[in-house]
Amino acid sequence: MIHFVLLISRQGKVRLTKWYSPYPQKERTKVIRELSGLILTRGPKLCNFVEWRGFKVVYRRYASLYFCMCINQDDNELEILEIIHHYVEILDRYFGSVCELDLIFNFHKAYYILDELLIAGELQESSKKTVARHIAAQDSLVETAKEQASSLSNIIAEATK
Amino acid sequence: MARDLAPEVERLLQFRDPNIRKKAALCTIRIIRKVPDLAENFINSAASLLKEKHHGVLLTGVQLCTDLCKVSSEALEYFRKKCTEGVVKVLKDLANSPYAPEYDIAGITDPFLHVRLLRFLCVLGQGDVDTSDCMNDILAQVATKTESNKNAGNAILYQCVAAIMSIEDNGGLRVLAINILGRFLSNRDNNIRYVALNMLMRAITVDSQAVQRHRATILECVKDSDASIRKRALELVYLLVNESNVKPLTKELIDYLEVSEPEFRGDLTAKICSIVEKFSPEKIWYIDQMLKVLSEAGNYVKDEVWHALIVVTTNASNLHGYAVRSLYRLVQTAGDQEILVRVAVWCIGEYGDMLVNNTGFLDMEEPITVTESDAVDVVETAIKRHSSDLTSRAMCLVALLKLSSRFPSCSVRINDVIVQYKGSLVLELQQRALEFSAIVDKHRNIRSTLVERMPVLDEATYSGRRAGSVPAVVSTSQGAPINLPNGVAKTTSAPLVDLLDLSSDDVPVPSSSGGDFLQDLLGVDLSPSLSQTDTNQAQKRGTDVLLDLLSIGTPPAQSNSSIPEMVSPSDDSKSAINVLEQLSSPSAPAGGVSTPPGSSPMMDLLDGFAPKPENNVPAYPSIVAFESSTLQVTFNFSKQPGNQQTTIIEANFSNKTFDAYTDFIFQAAVPKFLQLHLDPASSDTLPASGNGSISQKLRITNSQHGKKSLVMRIRIGYKSNNKDMLEEGQINNFPRGL
Repeated sequence: MIHFVLLISRQGKVRLTKWYSPYPQKERTKVIRELSGLILTRGPKLCNFVEWRGFKVVYRRYASLYFCMCINQDDNELEILEIIHHYVEILDRYFGSVCELDLIFNFHKAYYILDELLIAGELQESSKKTVARHIAAQDSLVETAKEQASSLSNIIAEATK
Repeated sequence: MARDLAPEVERLLQFRDPNIRKKAALCTIRIIRKVPDLAENFINSAASLLKEKHHGVLLTGVQLCTDLCKVSSEALEYFRKKCTEGVVKVLKDLANSPYAPEYDIAGITDPFLHVRLLRFLCVLGQGDVDTSDCMNDILAQVATKTESNKNAGNAILYQCVAAIMSIEDNGGLRVLAINILGRFLSNRDNNIRYVALNMLMRAITVDSQAVQRHRATILECVKDSDASIRKRALELVYLLVNESNVKPLTKELIDYLEVSEPEFRGDLTAKICSIVEKFSPEKIWYIDQMLKVLSEAGNYVKDEVWHALIVVTTNASNLHGYAVRSLYRLVQTAGDQEILVRVAVWCIGEYGDMLVNNTGFLDMEEPITVTESDAVDVVETAIKRHSSDLTSRAMCLVALLKLSSRFPSCSVRINDVIVQYKGSLVLELQQRALEFSAIVDKHRNIRSTLVERMPVLDEATYSGRRAGSVPAVVSTSQGAPINLPNGVAKTTSAPLVDLLDLSSDDVPVPSSSGGDFLQDLLGVDLSPSLSQTDTNQAQKRGTDVLLDLLSIGTPPAQSNSSIPEMVSPSDDSKSAINVLEQLSSPSAPAGGVSTPPGSSPMMDLLDGFAPKPENNVPAYPSIVAFESSTLQVTFNFSKQPGNQQTTIIEANFSNKTFDAYTDFIFQAAVPKFLQLHLDPASSDTLPASGNGSISQKLRITNSQHGKKSLVMRIRIGYKSNNKDMLEEGQINNFPRGL
């Protein structure tokens, strides 16, 4: 089971966090601080697995972002690496050549995509197409809702003229 | 909440939309983790999920079933009976499926599903032979057919190996699995190697022979640049060591020790030492390896390890000469390794004569000539070295004492070295220096018997002690028990059985438990009798319990207050002394020191107090009770014999200015538990500049003697230059015990 997902920039800024186990707020900041220190200082040639507090943390660096996932001792680390890559590919497909800026300005979309991929710390969909389809459906819903809202305001505006 | 929603979720597990179904499945996982009792309700629905076509639902369905099995044994049974073939078939279809663009990752169709299915099979097959048989084929197929040049393939292989390791034995499959791991080990990717090492550790318990074949690769991994890989590899090597391969393995590890990084050295040293200790085939090899380790990384070696080395050395009597010569050579080159120096100094002290006379020369040794003064040189350099710490210096002093007996010609030189420490600020060194130089100077007659060869230390007891980690810490007296410098008429030789109790450096035993631990220390059953026909037999405390090399904080006993005792040796009347009860003073010592009566010597020894007052000797140091720019007051103390509570103080006043004082009056006030009586002063005029002084006797009775110490407020009035002066003060620095 994945306990949490962290996206940390090279400078130590946290871009995304998702917690699948109960961690109180203070504990969360502590965890983030510890792991940032641990992972950001690792050299490039070292292996992508870190033992931490009895868990394993699997991380991978994509451009300037570190994607970290914390798993139990008996989970398959290589599979988690695959999951991380899966996520990044979906993001790439959605944003088209995704970069860190995309994630900063559209973090809500990033969260949404993550939720379509992982629930309760487990993988739920291994097909990128399906996930893309879901998100497209969600986007179109948002569009329609926006249009409706704007048309309503038009109506009101006219009504109060 | 979980209970309330469970039925709802169960219904959704069969919803028409696959998206809902897959999310419901994962939701169920959470529910059963929270409330394991509800697991039974979901078994059927979960089983039906296994027949799905939609990969997403299948994925989550398999995950759900795996978790159900972990939580409920009933579920496990159900799935084993009903679903195993189904799962195997699904996996087979998946493995053989043609290219499916939607699920393809790196040429493999849906590796996530592969991994999940394999994990499910692992759980199903664990502990059950029939189920395991069903899956053999598919496991073999996956293991052989999967491509391993991409991470996805490796993930599947890794899971497959894990599955093979946990299901019931099938020789062929196991070999296949270990071969895969071997291939992983030589992969250039760090991740793969790390994962392989992890899995091999589990594999060792199952089939250690197969793992042995990969020993060379694993050794390479110990030298890897990645810290986590090194750590894993070292642990694995440690598990792999057995009698047959210990020599080459140790050689490799020690070679690596020389080039390893400092953070890693501690671990590496500890592992090497324990390997050497557990598996050493012969003593000489053991000594060799340990000496090599000490010279490379002596500072990382724990104390128990070098103690063990000493124990083994004393036991190997034919190797004494060899050991001391090797140490001598090593200490010339690697003299900065503290622990090595300690061991070397100890051995040179013990076996110095063998070093010089080349006794016990083994065939393979190179010849070496060492003169007596060379040997003394080594010890002298060690003691003078700036970086030597207290323990090393203390050991050097003892070694010098031994050498002064073994090499009488160097006695003078040795004494010169020893006397330099007479004024040392460290109490331990100072005491040793004083005592040893007294022995060297004045007590030649007993010196040789004092520092005779140490008895063979009992290995079994030592390792038993170590294992049991007795908290008492006693040092080896290193062959030279401390003695009264005066007054010991004759000693019979020495060794106490089981004198040594070299346990780890623990806190020194508090005085209250002193009795027990001495019993422990002496190791023999102490009987109270003290019947010796030879009345002159002075008693020598075989082990000075306080000469605690290993825990530096203990104050050693003041030698003039300790009662040395000796357990007489080898004779059949092992009249040992009940240390607690004892105390008949060594009869008629030549010197005139009367030993303190009555009071338990244990207390003396262990508390290291100010010595108990002997009859006419003032036992308390005088203090400067009060000092100002114009006046100084000193107190001298004495006590009446037999009356512990009353102290007689002689107060001396002296004048620090150039004017004489007249009408000098001294007043004092004490708290209620003290009674004060002032005798008249000798005069009331105090000449200037300390040309004379006034003295006055005070008598204080302390009703709380032993519990509270004395305090006093004083007021001094005098006339100086026709001016009235008044000085007041409080005296808090009375010696304890008044």
